[in-house]
Parts: sequence; structure tokens; C-alpha cells
Amino acid sequence: MERILVVDHEKCTGCRLCEMVCSVKHTGVNNPTRSRIHVIKWPLEGFELPMLCMQCEDAPCIAVCPKDALSRDPVLGRVVLNYDLCIGCKMCVMACPFGGMGIDIVARQVIKCDLCDGDPTCVRFCHPGALQFVPASSVNLIKKRDAGLKLSEVMKKAFAAR
Amino acid sequence: MALKRKIAYIDLSIGEVKTAPIPIEMRKLYLGGRGLDMYLLYNHLEPGVDPLGPDNVLTVSAGLLVGTLASASARTHLGARSPLTGFIGSSNMGGFFAPELRWAGFDHLVIKGKADGPVYLCIHDGEIEVRDASELWGEDIPTTQELIKEELGDPEVKALCIGVAGENLVRFANVMTGMKNAAGRTGMGAVMGSKNLKAIAVRGTMDLEIRFPEEALEYNDKLLEHIGSTKFAQIMQKWGTMFIYGVTNTTGLVRNRNFQLNQQVGGNIECEHIEEYSLGTEGCYGCIIHCRHKYLIKEGPYAGTYGEGPEYTSQGAFGMEVGCNNFETILVGNHLVNKYGLDTLEVGSMIAWAMELYEKGILTDADTDGLKLEWGNDEAVLEMVKRIAQRKGLGDILAEGPLRAAERIGQDSLKYNIHVKGMSNLHSDERPTPSLALGIATSSRGADHLRSRPAIDLYHLPEHVLRRIYGGPKPYDGPLSSDYTSYVGKARMVQWQEMMYEAIDCVGVCKYHTIFLSPNLIAFDELSKLIYYNTGLEFTPQEIWEIADRAYTVERLFNIREGLTRADDWLPDRYFDEPTPIGLPIARGKSIDREKFKQMIDEYYELHGWDEDGVPRPETLKKLGLDGEPSHML
Repeated sequence: MERILVVDHEKCTGCRLCEMVCSVKHTGVNNPTRSRIHVIKWPLEGFELPMLCMQCEDAPCIAVCPKDALSRDPVLGRVVLNYDLCIGCKMCVMACPFGGMGIDIVARQVIKCDLCDGDPTCVRFCHPGALQFVPASSVNLIKKRDAGLKLSEVMKKAFAAR
Repeated sequence: MALKRKIAYIDLSIGEVKTAPIPIEMRKLYLGGRGLDMYLLYNHLEPGVDPLGPDNVLTVSAGLLVGTLASASARTHLGARSPLTGFIGSSNMGGFFAPELRWAGFDHLVIKGKADGPVYLCIHDGEIEVRDASELWGEDIPTTQELIKEELGDPEVKALCIGVAGENLVRFANVMTGMKNAAGRTGMGAVMGSKNLKAIAVRGTMDLEIRFPEEALEYNDKLLEHIGSTKFAQIMQKWGTMFIYGVTNTTGLVRNRNFQLNQQVGGNIECEHIEEYSLGTEGCYGCIIHCRHKYLIKEGPYAGTYGEGPEYTSQGAFGMEVGCNNFETILVGNHLVNKYGLDTLEVGSMIAWAMELYEKGILTDADTDGLKLEWGNDEAVLEMVKRIAQRKGLGDILAEGPLRAAERIGQDSLKYNIHVKGMSNLHSDERPTPSLALGIATSSRGADHLRSRPAIDLYHLPEHVLRRIYGGPKPYDGPLSSDYTSYVGKARMVQWQEMMYEAIDCVGVCKYHTIFLSPNLIAFDELSKLIYYNTGLEFTPQEIWEIADRAYTVERLFNIREGLTRADDWLPDRYFDEPTPIGLPIARGKSIDREKFKQMIDEYYELHGWDEDGVPRPETLKKLGLDGEPSHML
């Protein structure tokens, strides 16, 4: 079943544990510049937003790759990078509108989120639940339920007041 | 790797920077963080230097496990001779500075001398540069950090800095990073100010090696599941430390109107009020407890005020202690201290003291320039915060801290001040709780709850639970009591917490993850595994205890070298002479018994291997390998 990694910024506490475990999982060291996910912050307003590869359906990175190193993996619903074909030209880094393609300055290669082959480490460690890995078919149902809960409270109050 | 982080010696007088590796032998003796800072201070400081002069030494460090999979591995420690107490200055904070310092290649900075004019340090991937800070001088805490990011052209830069209070050498000025993370106690901000050092900015892209990455991930995963499952973590995630108020105020364990009452009757400043202002919660690096709220005051005279927190201590400072009963005053007070860079505990305590002096006629309108320092005068309290930061009028006197201010005010003003070793206590009243009283009396940095407080004593835990916790790792088979009003076995609890907090400060993990407010959180056993998986260093729980003991004994030696005697491990007379007037029956009519307290201190010294004057015995020093200190190995 295809799943999507969704971000709920309202639940993010900005702790950056996702960056740490991503880096350690993929490289064995903690270096946020080598992490596939980054929490972007606006400290004066108290706003934070984890940013990562959105696994686009019509991905600009795939379109610009001159060596066909990038492709869609329909089973896991991700864009995969084949390092055997990649020449490190960084066209994909320039093309990505989200900064989802990064450069590992130590390994000297392009990096992106690979959804940890179906069990994203960042999701496992995100206790506040800002990162969730949910079935693609019902991603909007979860949002509908959350929004509906808020709405239902108002409606129940209105109903009781009648 | 983590163990390859370096130490840098920076002389601001001549602009010289030297770096050196940290030998593994030093790690084995002190781990890092607070422990190694204490060694550095004992070795690099001459006795009796002016804490606000160029000869004072400031250390800044990241603990051994900072930035590793150790949960909330975020703490920065700062040390120097304290301008407030004259004894050891030591304070730490969370946030994101310490991991960035490690990614930039350093674990310890030893800062000496004094710059000719305002400067800040810029540290980037192994390089350290002293930069001009004329444009930053006079700016508040958040603005300073934003301006530095702008100047360096990198929003990912992390900085610690001082505010106006530190520049003005307020003796309890703090050092901060982010909106709210503060190394509040012992006046480290004044030390930075005295060196013309406005800030330290860091940015790093260097690998921090995890010795056994897979095992570290797995262990951390399990540990976080456990931490997250505790009632304590769940309450903290929702309310932060403000939840404590409900328990302590109901019981009668807080200071109200300085020290006249031990309960705020009709108090209406419970944690739930934050819901009206909260934009969500915020965590420090790698922490799942995220104990601080982001809050915004939306309307009224303070509309637009944004801040993080407040902590239980700010509830005390701008609530109970000063007799204010308005949650918004707490939010604004918290915002002001975090803007000016002031220790919220000391500020609240000093203002509450001044209010009692005003009530008693020791301070008059002439002293306050007409400001009515009356209990519950919210505006006067907030105005006083500004005057302290700006050293205006009475604020200039209060900015000197308890001892010097009392000297200037004269009469019998000092006897109303609630301090130990010249540092104010927080807003808790320890008269009903001898264990907590012993903790503040003996704490190496002055009256304080984060040095040794056995807070779980308040839970009346069954004796077998206390035995499981306090019976090791250094064996103890003496008495333990579940009754928090008892004097029995409390010396051991204080000593155990002292060792736990020292150890956790050496590795740079937050105390909220240890046995502090929950008996179910981590202690020496878990620390031993965390250190092993993340760094490869092997220590038994008992060996970690010994390291903590060594570091704490160095703090004791430092204090003794600066003139500390047994008389300094003592409480203000009011603890003994004025019984608590209100509260639940368990907390009412309580005072500390002088004789029993003396015996507790004897017992506490004995557990440490110190003589009856509180001086470590020669055999104790030998056992800890401290008989040759200062040894100048770093």
C-alpha cells in the first residue's frame, strides 16, 4: 500500500530530532547538513516547518536528470536515485522547488529522502506526531477527521443550546 | 568523532586563539561539560581575582553527549568565578547552541582577558574569529541574535549572547540563546559584559560521529518510548514546569510576599491560563518533552508581546513572591527578563525583598523615586525589572545582588533576604522539607534547586522505591524515610541528586530526563549505556558516580580556595525562627530545627568524605585523584 509522508506544522516543536536520526541512519554520524530533512524556523514568530522531498508525481528532478538516475518507484510512492547512474551534476538540486534534493558535502554526492525503504526513521522518532506516514488513499480523510472534530465541537454546542 | 572535539583558549586582551585536543584521560576523569569546566576553572583561575576584572576566566562548553542520540542532548554550560557570590559560577542552558558548537569542532572554550571594545566571537568549522560588536552593543537578546545572522548572512547561525543587563554588569545577568534558553544563575552574563564580549556565534558542518549508530538509534528509540510514557513527561509536554504550582501552592511550599507567607491564598495563576495565549510548545535539540510554550499576548496594553515559557520560576518571580495574582504580569515579566538578559529567579527574589523592606519602612519613596513597591503592584514590579537592567535608582542597588545591596541599604535589611552564599533562593519555601532545605544550604553555587534537590521526596514514595533509587550505584544501606518532613536519611538523597545532576551536566543532557521530578526517568545505569553506544567509552554506573564525585569535589575545592567555610552552608535565620503560617497541616507551623539541621550537615559531609569543617579529607582527595590539583593538564 502506497503511503505518504505528511507534515503537520502545528504539531512540530522544532526539536530537530528528525534531522538527527535521519543523518545517523543514513551516514552513521550526526551532521544536519547530511540529513534529508530540515526543520526551517522563524524564531521571532514561533513558527517551524519540517521540509523534505515531496516525492512529486511529475518531479522536476526526474525531468532534468541527464542520466536518468532519478525515477519513480510506484510501489513505495517515492522518487529514487540510482547512484550507479548519477554523475553528481546537481541539476536536480537546482530544479527542485522545495530544496528536497541536497548535497552531502562529505560523501560528495546528491542526497534525497528515500522514505527509509518504507519505514521512515524520522516518523518513528517524531513523538509529537508532526511527521506521519499514512496511506495515500486516506491522507485527506485523516485531515477531514481532525477538522471535523473541531467543527463537531462547535456544532454540538450549538445543538445543545437549542 | 565526538571525542575529537577540541578546546580553544581565547585571550580577548590580545586577540589570540589557541586550540588543543582534549586527551582521553581527561574524558575519563571528567567526561566533559560542567565537570571539565570545573577542572579548567580550578586550573586557570588565580584565587581572589575580581570576578568582573580581566583576570576572571569564562568557560563555555558542550557536554560529552551533546548532539548524540542521548535524548535532549542540548545543554551548554558556562562557568567562571561568580560576580554574585565570589564562589563558583556555573550555569547551563538548553536550546541549539551546544550541538552547533560541536559541529563547528569544539567542546570547550576558555575565554580570558578583556577586549578593548565590544566584540563577538564567530566560530565556524574549526576557525575562531574575534569580530567587532559595536553595532550590537545595547541590543536586546532576540535582536542581537537576528543581527548576527544577518551580518554573517546565514540564518542557521546559533548564538549565545548577553542583553543590556550583562552590558551593565548586573551581577545576576544571564547568558541566553534563542528566545528563552538561559544560563540564568550566578551572573555569567555580567562576566561576559566585563570582558566586552557581547556574543558567541557558531556554525558547523562537521560530522559528529556516533560510535555504534545502529545500537544508539535502537536504544534511544526504546528510551524515548519509556520517557514519553511517564506521567511526568506527559504533563510537562502539556504545561511545562508551570504544572508544579498547583501542587506546591496548594500544599504551602511557596514563598509569598517574599518570605512572609508560604501560600498564595486565592492564587489564580495556574498553568491552565497559558491556553489563552499559547501558539504551541517548543523543544530543545533532540527533546521530546518540549516543555515551553510559545505565547502571544493578543490584546490590551501588552498586545503583541511574544515570548517563550514561562517557567514555574517566573510564576514565582512575577506571581507569588511579589504578591501579584495576574497571569499576564507573569508573561510580561518573563518577556522582559528574557529581553534584557536577567536571571528571573534573582530578579523576582530581589524585588520581593525590596517590597518587604518598603513595607517595613527600611526603603521609602525617596529610595524608590516614588515607585510604590507594594505587594501586588504589577506595574511597579515590571518597572523595577527595567530599572534593574538599566541600573537606574534603586535598580542600581538591587543589581548588585543580595549581599552588596544589603550593605548599601543598611539597617537590618539582610535578615529579610532569602539567600545562601549571596545567591537568592527561588520562590520555594523549604521550611516544611528538610531535604530540600539541605540542598539549597549546601549547593556549591548558592541557594538553588538544580544542584541537588531531591524533588521526588515530596511524593512520599515507599521505602523500597527510595532504596532502589538511593541505594546505589555507590552502595548505601543507611536509613531512608518516605516522610518529607523527616530529617532521616535526607543527606543521602541530597548527595545522590548532587551526583546525578553533576553527571548529567557533564554529558549535557537535560535534568528533566533524569530522576529529578519523576522517579521513573533515567539515572546512572542508562547513562552508562548512552555513553557507551554514542562514544564507545566504557564506564560502570559506579564509575560515573566517581567522576561526578570528583567534579563536585573540585567545585568544593574551588569554593574553599575562595574562602568558603562551614558557615556558608547555612540558611537565613528566618528558616529557623519563623514557622510557616499557613498551608495544609503537613506544611503549616513548620520551621527548620537548628540542631537537627547541623546533624544533617555533619551526615552530608561524612557521606562526601569531608571533615567537620566541610573540607575534603586528604584520603578523599587521594581516592579521587585530586591530591595533586591544580595539575595543569589542560
